[in-house]
Amino acid sequence: MNYNVNEKGYYGEFGGAYIPEMLYPNVEELRQNYLKVMADPSFQKEFDQLLKDYVGRPSPLYFAKRLSEKYNTKIYLKREDLNHTGAHKINNTIGQILMAKRLGKHRIIAETGAGQHGVATATVCALMGLECIVYMGEIDIKRQAPNVARMKMLGATVVPALSGSRTLKDATNEAIRDWINNPVDTHYIIGSAIGPHPYPDMVTKFQSVISEEIKWQLKEHEGRENPDYVVACIGGGSNAAGTYYHYLHEDDVNIIAVEAAGLGVDSGESAATSVLGKEGIIHGCKTLLMQTNDGQITEPYSISAGLDYPGVGPMHAHLCKTGRAEFMAITDDEAMKSGLELCKLEGIIPAIESSHALAIFEQKTFKPDDVVVVSLSGRGDKDLNTYINYFNL
Amino acid sequence: MNRINQKLQEDKKLLSIYFTAGYPNINDTVSIIQDLEKNGVDMIEIGLPFSDPLADGPTIQASSTQALKNGMTTEVLFGQLKGIRQSVDIPLIIMGYFNPIFQYGVETFCKKCQEIGIDGLIIPDLPVDVYHEKYQAIFENYGLINVFLITPQTSDERIRYIDSISNGFIYMVSSASTTGAKVGFGDQQTQYFERIGNMNLNNPQIVGFGISNNQTFTQATQYAKGAIIGSAFVKYVTNEGVGSIKKFITGIKN
Ligand SMILES: Cc1ncc(COP(=O)(O)O)c(C=O)c1O
Repeated sequence: MNYNVNEKGYYGEFGGAYIPEMLYPNVEELRQNYLKVMADPSFQKEFDQLLKDYVGRPSPLYFAKRLSEKYNTKIYLKREDLNHTGAHKINNTIGQILMAKRLGKHRIIAETGAGQHGVATATVCALMGLECIVYMGEIDIKRQAPNVARMKMLGATVVPALSGSRTLKDATNEAIRDWINNPVDTHYIIGSAIGPHPYPDMVTKFQSVISEEIKWQLKEHEGRENPDYVVACIGGGSNAAGTYYHYLHEDDVNIIAVEAAGLGVDSGESAATSVLGKEGIIHGCKTLLMQTNDGQITEPYSISAGLDYPGVGPMHAHLCKTGRAEFMAITDDEAMKSGLELCKLEGIIPAIESSHALAIFEQKTFKPDDVVVVSLSGRGDKDLNTYINYFNL
Repeated sequence: MNRINQKLQEDKKLLSIYFTAGYPNINDTVSIIQDLEKNGVDMIEIGLPFSDPLADGPTIQASSTQALKNGMTTEVLFGQLKGIRQSVDIPLIIMGYFNPIFQYGVETFCKKCQEIGIDGLIIPDLPVDVYHEKYQAIFENYGLINVFLITPQTSDERIRYIDSISNGFIYMVSSASTTGAKVGFGDQQTQYFERIGNMNLNNPQIVGFGISNNQTFTQATQYAKGAIIGSAFVKYVTNEGVGSIKKFITGIKN
């Protein structure tokens, strides 16, 4: 079984490029060039250099001793929270900004949910001196205020998305509309492993540095490259794609994908796409998405803005359908509790997105000598308001 | 012969109107269609509303949202259109995004269209390749014409490819934009219209996006077989209601 994208842009039956003709020239230009550009030694050199000197990679693979003791298994945390700007998102934006420059684009647009991708995009635009416009749902602008301020300080224009549910899905719609209206000079930096081909593959490849590092880091710790499990939360699926990438075809590595159940999978307020979703088309790709019987996309819910998305990247839809990955759903309450637990046991304040991945230890029992690597995709600074309100701190 | 092909043979410039089904009120669909025909419109695009209309600007987004709130669904629309051919002769095209059609089942959808007397479909986010590979045979089996878009950025080579797969007309988007974003044409547009005109394509072209009044209609049809008005009509209906469609159409035609 192949879990990577095929030459037509599909993961099994998922993926493709379901885009209006207005977007075709842009997406086609990218499709024709992305692999060539990424294979160019000068691109690789610049990308690696920036990841090292600017982002601070490699990010540590940390053995979480007290957490491991509590759950009686070996838990390693891949510390993407220690990256510059506080999440894995910057791995992708560094890659894409270099791509945009090589394609001769000088105007950058992006969508953002939690604001982490918006901040990461604003950051690389400042770094490269490019104009930056970030679309963000009006609701998310309110619940992630510190990140809005950061984007503004970095010189980006933040445009509120006022349509639909006014969250990530709608911000993505607005970004796509902007791209339709600016077909020549603009590059759209999509923030997750979603969108029309080649985006899911390109984003996955930029994020694959995560599992590339886990391999040699785990070898140092445990004398073996392959853990028994890799675990990541899934919004659109970029930190997960990066965490899984080099293990997709390693049969001895189990893959766990963690979705946001919101108030509960059956509560009507959830973002657990693999359970609630059906095959369909969202934001230019065929994948699993939450929708009515009539094919209208429904509004998801999660306490975590970064997981509040009605779809999932096509690679993950394929991993789900083939059974390669085990999908788990974690509620708001479970995630918040596990987030606080990590603070107390390890002195790390995680992003609420990442807290979802940590919460699986309450649901699933691992063997004492199992090695479980969890992607700690981001830090909790941006979520302080939510933590304060939730725990009455 | 399909009504679209018949209409395209008429020796006149064609006026096509887009409206969102179920807007402003759920039951306006049929009366709008009848009114448009009565007032001399040549062809109609019935918009099947979608929650996330990526290629549309604020006007059609808002009408789609309202139509869905009003309770419009694929099934409701088909119910309303049943029997439409007893009163309406001009070509009817359904314009909608792919996901609702995909959920309905592409073949079932096409079959239903044929039963009702729909002549064609415009599905902006169904790519030409996927159509050609997976769905063309089905569409043709049910006598439906699928209409593709081209834009000023579409390469000549791709236009020729799209022309080879089309069997009705080509929807010539006047400028790279979402619907309702720009009004009127400049030199860039006229050069583009001329360039396409000079390609001598097999399929006639109908211009859409940016047409709102008699002046822009006349300009567009100087280079093309017809023109489509969408956002301007939806806006008009929003402001003036469905009672004065005649005034709008008369304004376009002279
Ligand atoms: C810290 C963090 N983790 C995870 C996500 C979810 O995105 P993805 O599934 O693309 O990794 C986000 C998105 O904003 C995030 O900020």
